[in-house]
Amino acid sequence: MSQRIVIDPVTRIEGHAKISIFLDDEGQVSDARFHVTEYRGFEKFCEGRPFWEMPGITARICGICPISHVLASAKAGDGILAVQISPTANKLRRLMNLGQITQSHALSFFHLSSPDFLLGFDSDPATRNVFGLIKADPELARRGIRLRQFGQDVISYLGGSKIHPAWATPGGVRTPLTEEARADIKARLPEAFETTRIALDLFKKLLDKYGREAHIFGNFPSLFMGLVGPNGVWEHHDGTLRFVDSSRNIIADNLQARDYQSFIGEAVEPWSYLKFPYYKPMGYPDGCYRVGPLARLNVCDHMGTPQADKELSEFRSASGAVNSSFMYHQARLIEILCALETIEILLDDPDIMGDRLRADAGVNQLESVGVSEAPRGTLFHHYKVDRDGRLEFVNLIISTGQNNVAMNRTVAQIARHYVRGPKVEEGMLNRVEAGIRCFDPCLSCSTHALGQMPLEVDIVSADGEVIRRIAR
Amino acid sequence: MAVKTLTIDDKPVSAREDQTILEAAREAGIGIPTLCQLSGVANLGACRLCLVEVAGVPKLLPACVTLVQEGMQVFTNTERLREYRKMIVELLFAERNHVCAVCVANGHCELQNLAIAVGMDHVRYSYRFPKLEVDTTHEKFGIDHNRCVLCARCVRVCDEIEGAHTWDIAGRGAKSHIISDMNVPWGSATSCTSCGKCVQACPTGAIFKLGATVAEQIKDRTRLDFIVTAREKKQWVG
Ligand code: SF4
Ligand code: SF4
Ligand code: FES
Repeated sequence: MSQRIVIDPVTRIEGHAKISIFLDDEGQVSDARFHVTEYRGFEKFCEGRPFWEMPGITARICGICPISHVLASAKAGDGILAVQISPTANKLRRLMNLGQITQSHALSFFHLSSPDFLLGFDSDPATRNVFGLIKADPELARRGIRLRQFGQDVISYLGGSKIHPAWATPGGVRTPLTEEARADIKARLPEAFETTRIALDLFKKLLDKYGREAHIFGNFPSLFMGLVGPNGVWEHHDGTLRFVDSSRNIIADNLQARDYQSFIGEAVEPWSYLKFPYYKPMGYPDGCYRVGPLARLNVCDHMGTPQADKELSEFRSASGAVNSSFMYHQARLIEILCALETIEILLDDPDIMGDRLRADAGVNQLESVGVSEAPRGTLFHHYKVDRDGRLEFVNLIISTGQNNVAMNRTVAQIARHYVRGPKVEEGMLNRVEAGIRCFDPCLSCSTHALGQMPLEVDIVSADGEVIRRIAR
Repeated sequence: MAVKTLTIDDKPVSAREDQTILEAAREAGIGIPTLCQLSGVANLGACRLCLVEVAGVPKLLPACVTLVQEGMQVFTNTERLREYRKMIVELLFAERNHVCAVCVANGHCELQNLAIAVGMDHVRYSYRFPKLEVDTTHEKFGIDHNRCVLCARCVRVCDEIEGAHTWDIAGRGAKSHIISDMNVPWGSATSCTSCGKCVQACPTGAIFKLGATVAEQIKDRTRLDFIVTAREKKQWVG
């Protein structure tokens, strides 16, 4: 008789999820799966709406990274207008995305994940959270909260509201940066740098202690995808797409987002609402790739800023790409550092205070793809409109969805190491959850695109017989 | 012109005989909620939000089209009226598809303001979810029928102030809808002068400037008043 252990819900990630672990006759883990049980159906809902509304509508997909949707949507909108936005608008959008990366990564590291490393995976689950962290290390917790606040304030200085600012619009942005805002952001940078340094040093120290976790938390070869800028520099908003393999060989470069359908396929599995994107030339599931901080650091040649470049060379493995998903955490911190350095440069750029913000144009192209790097990875918005700008087709490829296959592999890998037999201790289960948290998934936005709700739960015994099927 | 004296909410008020209860109340600093009323164009009495009670009259009367009378005792804020107004606003929301969070008029919408003013916290009626079009064929403006409350303000400004008469209401009852010219897309309506008065007149996000994004469509009614005063009184005061 096989058994199934269900951890539900996975606490401390955004959205809802379910993990199933399958045991064989001997009580050993035979397989594990990460389910998403949420359904939003945004793409259908958008059809018929004027594309100008899309930044606002898609910002509502996700309360966690609305900015990323606003930016990808505005870029898709630029394409429909067929305009090149002003340098000021472009730099302001970049500034906002850097604020978003900072606040989101700070949330992931300090609030969601650091309780695991700092209090221990096996500590009491009741206090293994940000409140426990505040008790155990109030200074670090306070710093983490302030770093996130810094990122959020960069966003709200531009967007006006940190929750859903549809501030980037097709053709540019709505409002400029004020002198006050620039001065305040500048004044707060030193503390933000300091906090990031502290977190980086801390994490690197902890790596010795968590060698085992680093080794088995989703440590497997896969492809990585992300945007890169000129000369292969780390990129988060413009640039072109690059794929590297697990040895960091570039397998495709200079890919344009508008051609995404030629290199990204989207598989569907009956047991999940998430789509499963893969690198088309290699098929599914071999073409599984990872996106997000780890992928961006693996695809780029350099970060482009001195402090982050120093960290990158320490981070890089001699043998090629960094393949352990546990290292997403460190990658996040390096990205915060790079974001802060880049913000510093942008604030001194004369263009940033410009007042040419928004290009005015009509519908000049009926199809467009916008891409941006969300904190969690590459995000695509693909629109087709009629000649009056009403949407006829919308496809969104969401960061968390692209890490789907990798998350499943991670769960199975961890389960195999930590869960043995039917008796499972909380610390072990939490490692499975923690494995998922490496990817910082925000599930509400990844489960958006299916016409129906496939729901099927199979419980399979060791000899392959389906002993129970719940389907709808 | 004869002056009438009356009471509004027990307050003694005097008004010219050609004034409506709404005008008299406003002059006396008593607010009555309205939606279809728009200064500068004829009153229509379409939305019924301005209903008031008058002593001795069993029916509720729309203040925007009822003239004052000597000795009238008007009540604008009774329990019964508050309940009716809330009902009317709820029905307006239930009739079409209002998604304020992503609407161009969010934060600057008269319907939204009314919902707040009447204390609407939910809608007790089932939403009809009609399938309605967004017409973005005009080169400068768009109309989203999902957000139209059929107040006919657009019809009146276009007819009475601009003189183009592009807009009309077609259909009856629940099927009523705004049309341009002989029910052609707005972009093909040859009578439209693209003056944009209907954009300013529309109380909701139904008519908007093309390209406007969430919460960006702020309406400026004073422009309409300015034109009317200039034309009728030859006074150019802004
Ligand atoms: S028109 Fe007003 S009430 Fe309707 S969706 Fe827009 S903001 Fe909301
Ligand atoms: S389009 Fe606007 S102004 Fe015209 S009837 Fe509808 S809500 Fe009123
Ligand atoms: S304002 Fe009087 S009926 Fe509409």
